[in-house]
Amino acid sequence: MEAEWRLPLGTVLHGRHFAKNSAPRRFEATKIRNILLRMASIQSMLGSRTQLRRDILGYMFIAPWLVGFIVFTAGPMIGLVYLAFTRYPVLSPPTFNGLDNLERMVGDRFFTISLWNTAYFTFLGVPAQVVWALMLALLLNMRVHGVNVFRTLYYLPTIIPGVASVFLWMYIFNPDYGLANYILSLFGIPGQAWLWDPELSKPSLIIMELWRVGTMMVVFLAGLQGVPSSLYDAAAIDGAGMFAQFRHVTVPMITPLIFFNLVVGIISSFQIFTAAYIATQGGPVHTTLFYVLFVYRHAFENLRMGYASLLAWVLFFIILVFTIVQFRMARLWVFYEVE
Amino acid sequence: MGVLRSGMKPISFPFVSNAIRYALLILGGVICFIPLGWMVSTSLKMPGTEFIFPPELIPRPVVWSNYIDAVTRPGHPFFLYTRNSVVITLAATLGTVLTSSFVAFGFARIRFRGRDFWFIVLLSTLMLPDVVRLIPSFILFKLLGWIDTLLPLIVPFWFGVNAFYVFLIRQYFRTIPLELDEAALMDGAAYVRIYWQVILPISGPVLGAVTIFSVLSHWNDFLGPLIYTNSVDLRTLALGLRFFMSRTGTDWNQLMAASILMLAPILALFFSMQRYFIRGIHMTGFGGR
Repeated sequence: MEAEWRLPLGTVLHGRHFAKNSAPRRFEATKIRNILLRMASIQSMLGSRTQLRRDILGYMFIAPWLVGFIVFTAGPMIGLVYLAFTRYPVLSPPTFNGLDNLERMVGDRFFTISLWNTAYFTFLGVPAQVVWALMLALLLNMRVHGVNVFRTLYYLPTIIPGVASVFLWMYIFNPDYGLANYILSLFGIPGQAWLWDPELSKPSLIIMELWRVGTMMVVFLAGLQGVPSSLYDAAAIDGAGMFAQFRHVTVPMITPLIFFNLVVGIISSFQIFTAAYIATQGGPVHTTLFYVLFVYRHAFENLRMGYASLLAWVLFFIILVFTIVQFRMARLWVFYEVE
Repeated sequence: MGVLRSGMKPISFPFVSNAIRYALLILGGVICFIPLGWMVSTSLKMPGTEFIFPPELIPRPVVWSNYIDAVTRPGHPFFLYTRNSVVITLAATLGTVLTSSFVAFGFARIRFRGRDFWFIVLLSTLMLPDVVRLIPSFILFKLLGWIDTLLPLIVPFWFGVNAFYVFLIRQYFRTIPLELDEAALMDGAAYVRIYWQVILPISGPVLGAVTIFSVLSHWNDFLGPLIYTNSVDLRTLALGLRFFMSRTGTDWNQLMAASILMLAPILALFFSMQRYFIRGIHMTGFGGR
């Protein structure tokens, strides 16, 4: 950079003042360079003033969030770290009790049960949701008249309030007069106790969640519409049938969306609460005692806030680890066009 | 070959005939619709007939009294619950839209020092599960004396606690050419004016999506009201539904009628703003819950 501007500068000086002498020329060149540098620094001072104004403005705009972050997120989170090492029965102030909570957790039978229930619900339920959502999206991607009506219809269950949906399914699953047993009876299958059967309680909740996969479905639909039809044409020319096209064109093209839906689905599935709280209250025989319900009970029913704080942190780390693992594994099977 | 097939783009199952397509679509539709139809049907049945097995799929006779009974249930002021839900939903959504867009403007259009750092902090808060926030927030609100008021369900949303919306709006703002506000590079007041008079009016799609997501999540929220409120006077609809169920039995007809009443406003919103809604999911992959 320097060499570039020194040479033409020298040339100019040479022509004007110092035709033959090279030493003063270099001297003069240095002087001019200094002037130029000073001008540059003035400019940068001016620049830093604009920058300062930008800083002030920027922080003015993000201030509401920044305040909210400190008061409603960062502060409480730091408090939660401390609380995890205390005994805090809410009605009296927290007292430090070291690793007692951790010790309790390790020996807590219900901690293990709730983890198992949540894992069962998540690792069976989320893949089922993804498959079902993809199937619905494939149907909705067919080019037929009136498909928009079906798009709305398929999405409708998703906007139903969670609470209302839980009540509706409690009624459907009712062992004595529910619709589910009626449908089974049409096929000659004996009625089940569904949510009230320890074997079926979690599968019933999984079925319930399957009904509300609209968001995943819309994500898939957008992805399917983005697959260039030239790829299908090319595959067809190569003699690929319907399923071969699906397997070798559609699926690879939408792996990023499968991945996205899996990650988001698992995070939200880990946090299932309302259905278990209302419909089954963790039963029968603790088969629907999911993790968040377990934390809720300790925090707000047993008033063991300290212990509950530890449990909350544990869930956070579990979710974090799972998300990281998924991102690592994604390299093996997710296909990004840009790469 | 290409000409033949071009009529069917985008192709998913190019070899399936139209009749089978419709049959599949209708089958899927029936599966999605049965529970909904069951809800409507139950709400219109004569009290008592909901316990009959095999169940009557179509109510005979159709009665509307369940709706009246649901809203006039003694001890459970339905209209008060509705009012609470409306107040929370409107106040929290207004806060969410104003604050998120204001903050997003800062992140999207002003190059201040530390911007990238704070933006990463903002994104990382998306990772926090709600249950982790729940306990410390409860303690904070307890210290503030806000327990058993509606404040914990409204005030945080005026401070952009839902980072996701800030992120979403910021992404949208970045697609607006910068010249629009650099043409008027002036003082802070000018920036606020640009935000309010230039950027906001052309951000309808993203603000529409945020509004719908926010309305849905507050209207349907169960855990928040459950934890922060106790009094009957402060109950929301989502909480109130629970009291149609009791140890002695459940009034399924009334419960379904009340559920439909709770569903009706968001259904209306969904149908009137479906365009924004679907586009919002396309932009984000989330349905706001």
